[in-house]
Parts: sequence; structure tokens; C-alpha cells
Amino acid sequence: MTIGDLMKLTAEGFGETLYMTFVSTASAYLIGMPIGLILTVTDKDGIKPNPLVNGIIGFIVNVLRSVPFIILLIAVMPITRAIVGTTIGSSATVVPLVIAAAPYIARMVESSVKEVDRGVIEASLSMGASPFQIVYKVLLPEARPSLLLGAAITTTTILSYSAMAGVVGGGGLGDIAIRYGYHRKQTDIMIVMVVVLVAIVQVLQAAGNWISRRNDKRIR
Amino acid sequence: MQEDYIIQVRDLHKTFHTNNGSIVVLDNINISIKRGEIFGIIGLSGAGKSTLVRCMNLLEKPTSGSVIVDGRDLTSLSESELRRERQSIGMIFQGYNLLMQRTALDNVCFPLEIAGVKKKEARTKARQLLETVGLADKEKAYPAQLSGGQKQRVAIARALATNPKVLLCDEITSALDPTTTQSILALLKDLNQKLGVTIVVITHEMKVIERICNRVAIIDRSHIEEIGTVDEVFRRPKSAAARKLLYERSENIEKFTGNGKLLRLVFDGSSADRPIIAEMVLKCGTLVNIAFADTKNIHGKIYGQMLLQLPEDPVAVNRILSYLDSEHISYQEEA
Repeated sequence: MTIGDLMKLTAEGFGETLYMTFVSTASAYLIGMPIGLILTVTDKDGIKPNPLVNGIIGFIVNVLRSVPFIILLIAVMPITRAIVGTTIGSSATVVPLVIAAAPYIARMVESSVKEVDRGVIEASLSMGASPFQIVYKVLLPEARPSLLLGAAITTTTILSYSAMAGVVGGGGLGDIAIRYGYHRKQTDIMIVMVVVLVAIVQVLQAAGNWISRRNDKRIR
Repeated sequence: MQEDYIIQVRDLHKTFHTNNGSIVVLDNINISIKRGEIFGIIGLSGAGKSTLVRCMNLLEKPTSGSVIVDGRDLTSLSESELRRERQSIGMIFQGYNLLMQRTALDNVCFPLEIAGVKKKEARTKARQLLETVGLADKEKAYPAQLSGGQKQRVAIARALATNPKVLLCDEITSALDPTTTQSILALLKDLNQKLGVTIVVITHEMKVIERICNRVAIIDRSHIEEIGTVDEVFRRPKSAAARKLLYERSENIEKFTGNGKLLRLVFDGSSADRPIIAEMVLKCGTLVNIAFADTKNIHGKIYGQMLLQLPEDPVAVNRILSYLDSEHISYQEEA
């Protein structure tokens, strides 16, 4: 394989990996964020305690979170086929990634939002704020720095999950690393892919930290 | 003719249920607060005063009893009715409880947003209020950039945004230094006079009560021990709890209780700033021991109290008492 071929291969994997990571993260947030907020609001110390709802959602989240991703990847194949039409390639990988990441995000969001000072929520209640107003005017804005940091961690986690999808032909840098490095014993190509993955994680994490800090009005 | 009461707490009970059984925090509380007054509720920590003030806007749901604000029993309202009613009851906290990710101006706008006031209108109102509390130049500052006193001023402006009938203050000066405390209390007094807003002050410090309150309730171990004008309670405290609070900074009074009796003098501002004790000692030709003193000179008038240990000689004691009578200083013998 020439350097040119390797560059082309890497660029292709890089694009696929970013595509899977960002589409999955965005979709998983659409599902996970409201679940995380419901978990916070219905908690026994929340603004609308509801042990039944909290218990049921918490249980489902825990079950999904305890299934190893590699097993989930195979187990949800029928769903993947139904939605995407195939189980191979980066678009197909998005489905299990979203299913795995949404409950993870729910817990991340829950822990970020629970950091908001109880006193501020009490003050909002004293002004006559409704639970809905408290969520979108108090909890989300006040937890913003922590939510952004959580998003950086979540994105890098989804990135590493996406690499695992390479085992079942999921596309991206992980797929290339497994195909060349494991099946064809071309260790050097695997190393290149891993280095690129490490670089992406570094950049994403640093960017996340920077954005979070810039958005936090508690410092300065 | 019935008095015009803005808040009436009737037969209020509050019990907290914990894993170690239940704790009675408030037991048979009855308080009536007049429209336009500054009403103090004082007690040591754990007495139940914070729970009591939280019952006044139902942040804490009473176990039984009723809380009537401006003629409406809050305990009988639906959740949305209660939310509406809360917009007319402002609250300020010891920990400020400002939104840390919003500027001072946006913090003051917050209750107006909740009440559905238009953004432009809200901003104009918020600017006015920041000016009222003396923070016109800080509208763009975030709470983290403000001092404790400034944060509390923002919190006051925020509580006033919806033109409340009542302002509930929960230990609002406890985290502030004495100078800042004085300026915050002066601001409250000013707002009370200018806006006519009724203020309920919760505190463990007698100096807060004497500085701004018209009437005071002493709460001790879940009970209201006594209610009266600050003057009355100050001159003649009936309950042991009141006496304890009055001498909060004199734990070693017992050490002075030798043979002579203790006499408590109360300065209510009617005597001018003169060296009264020194004059008394010279005129009566007898010595007294000052066991405790906490007086201050406000605009040339003396406020506060003093605990004197009298000589054993009854003739000398009589001279002292007649001197005090002639000076119109109220006193009371301590048991």
C-alpha cells in the first residue's frame, strides 16, 4: 500500500468516524436529555417527585447501560435493518450507538442538573415558577457548563464505541484498524488508525473544556 | 373594627418524618402580621423559624393549620393558584440564591419573565430596581463578580420586581459583615417606608430586630414564646427565651452574680447621649459593676441595654433607683 493509498484510506475512515460520532451524539441527546431531565424532576428530592415514573425509567436506563456494547450491537441488528435497511456501514452503526448512548446521556444530564444549587430552585419556586419554567429557565442554563463538559465526555465515549462497531463491519477508523490490523496482520495501519483516533479524542476533549469554561459565568 | 392583617398563621403545625421517627418543628403557631409593618421572628438555630417563614409561602407544606395571605388561605389553593399568589410574596435568602449564569439585570428580570411580563418592560423595571438598591452601575455584572452585600441587594431588587405585598427575609444578613448588615437593614427600612411593603424578618440576632422591626415574635423549641412590640419585649421580656436572646453576647453573666442584685436598664432612645452611668455613680456616691452593656448612639439618642450589678447596701440601691426614675430610664430587676 502506498502512502497515497494510506492517506485516502485514513481520510475515508476519519470522515466516517466523525459522521457516526456526531450524528449519534446529536440523536442520542435528543432522546437522552429529556429522559435525564425527567429523572431529575421526578427524583424524590426533585421538583415533582414521582417514585413510580422515576423507578421505571431508572430501571430501563440501568438495564440498557449494563448491556455490553458489543452485544447490543448484534442484538439490535433487526431494529437497525428495519430503520436503515442494512446492518453494515456507518449509517447502520448509528442505530446501536444511539441506543447505547441515550441512557448514558440521561445519567450524565441527570448528574449535571443535580449540581444546580437547591437554594436557587427554592428561590424560583418562591417566585411562582412552574416546574417547566424551572427546567428551561433555571436547571438547564445554570447547569450549562457542566452539561457542555458532559457532552465532551459523551462524544469521546461514542467515538470509542463507534470504533468497536468495526467488528461487525461498522465503518470508520475502527473498522479499518480491525480489518487491516487484525484480519491481515498489518499492524502499522492499525497503529496509524489508533493514532488518528487518539488525536480526535484529544481535540474534542480540549474543545469541550474550552467551550465549557468560556460559558461559565461563575469564574472571572 | 378588625385590624388589617396581611398574613395570618393559624394553628400551624409542622412535623418532619425522618428515618429516626418524626420531629415536631412547629407546634401550634399563631401569628398575625399587620399590613405595612416590619415583623421580626427571632429564635436560636433549630427553633423552627426558617420552617415557619417557608410555611408563609408554602415552600414548606404545613402538616395542619392555615396560612392566610391578604385574605386567601394558601393551603386551600390549587398549584397554579398558589404559583400566582407567590408572585405577590417576595422572598430573600441568607445564601442570596441568585442565578449564577445570569447578569444582575437578568436576575432581576427573572421573576418578571415567570410572570409573563414583556422583555422590554421587564428590563426597564429591572433597571429602576437596581437603581433603587444602589447598583445601577452593576447591571452587567455576574453574581460571581459581586460582593456579598451587592448580591443581597440584587436579591432584594429581584424580590421586589413583581411589586409584592410581602417580603419574606430568611436570615438575610447572617452571612454579611456588620457594616454591610447595617446598610442592608437601612435599605429594607427605606423600602418599607417608600413602598409600604410588609416585611417579615427571620433572624437569630437581636440587633436586627431592634434596628428595623416594629413587632417581634420569639420562637423557641417549636413554640412562639411571646409576641409584642419590640419596645415591650425589649423592656420587659416575659419569657426565658427572650431573655436568653437579649443577652446573647453575654454568656458569662452568671459569673457576675455575686451578692448584689442585677438591674437591667433599657435605653429606648428617649435619653440623650450623656455619660449617665458616670453621673449616677458620682451623684449617688456608690459604685456599680457593669455586667453587660450593649448600647449604641443613633442620631444622638441612646438605644440598647445594660446590666448593672448593684451594691449590697439597700440605701445606695434606693438612691440609684430614684436617680434612674428622675432620668426616666426604664429598668427591671433581674431574677
